[in-house]
Amino acid sequence: MSTHDHDHDHAPISDDSGPVSRFELLETAIRELLVEKGLFSPADIHAQIEATESRDPALGADLVARAWVDPGFKAQLIDNPRKTLGDMGIEVGGLAELQVVENTEDLHHVVVCTLCSCYPRMILGVPPAWYKSTAYRSRVVRDPRGVLHEFGIALPETTTVRVLDSTADLRFLVIPRRPSGTEGLDQSSLAQLVTRDSMIGTGEALDPGGRP
Amino acid sequence: MTQTGSKQMHEFGAGSHVRVRDDASLGHCRTPVYLRGQFGTIVSIAGRFKDPERLAYHKPGLPLQTLYRVRFDQNVLWPGYSGAAGDDIEADIFEHWLEPAGAAVTEAGVEGNP
Repeated sequence: MSTHDHDHDHAPISDDSGPVSRFELLETAIRELLVEKGLFSPADIHAQIEATESRDPALGADLVARAWVDPGFKAQLIDNPRKTLGDMGIEVGGLAELQVVENTEDLHHVVVCTLCSCYPRMILGVPPAWYKSTAYRSRVVRDPRGVLHEFGIALPETTTVRVLDSTADLRFLVIPRRPSGTEGLDQSSLAQLVTRDSMIGTGEALDPGGRP
Repeated sequence: MTQTGSKQMHEFGAGSHVRVRDDASLGHCRTPVYLRGQFGTIVSIAGRFKDPERLAYHKPGLPLQTLYRVRFDQNVLWPGYSGAAGDDIEADIFEHWLEPAGAAVTEAGVEGNP
């Protein structure tokens, strides 16, 4: 504690809090070894970080909005996401396969990775912190309606809730239900209604009337 | 595994009733513990992928393993489940973690097939 009369501490500004963990040390050691051996360069690492961070939910929102206005595109997207996206110049990459599912009045999908934090990064970018939390991962599989309620979604008994646990090589993108009252909106206006959470299944697309 | 010919590449077809093996895993594994020993239905074949249990130990992950989408009934999975009757959960399970549901029932000493 400082003795003078304000409550901030005087620690230097740093990205990291606390001592370096064992795994951070391990990561640094392996990374430096691989660079030394010439398997990749620091520039490659930065390029990959930039590529990952360049993907954000806006890309998913554009896909959803297009699927809403173009049933043929939606069918292709669900049937063969890799090819459909590839034709648009969007690479799914080699790490996992993408699957696209559609929420309807009768069936609501919600996505989780109970084992770690698998997420459709190729479309939505970096997952939100809560997606990686033990609480979300353990609770949404056994009480999905309770968790959805906490996210603000109350589903009737007549809507089946399907939890998708991304346990292996598939990543899931949810096409949320198109809100009513959006018949006159064009694709770019519709994309504004598609939230990140609605593409995970923990949210719904925004009501156009509810927006400022 | 019955990979005797191209038609027999996959052991299970869509709609097959299966049970997730109730085994312990040594090290890295993509089969969640909450599904081990549980009965489910094959929804689809997701494809053939490298075996994560080998990949994790610097092996090539070969032979490729068939990965299935498997659906489980929430009301069977969780006693006292508070949701609706039709709620379910789907997970991706590798072939070597699956066995026919009938075989599991017979092993358990129950007569006939489910």
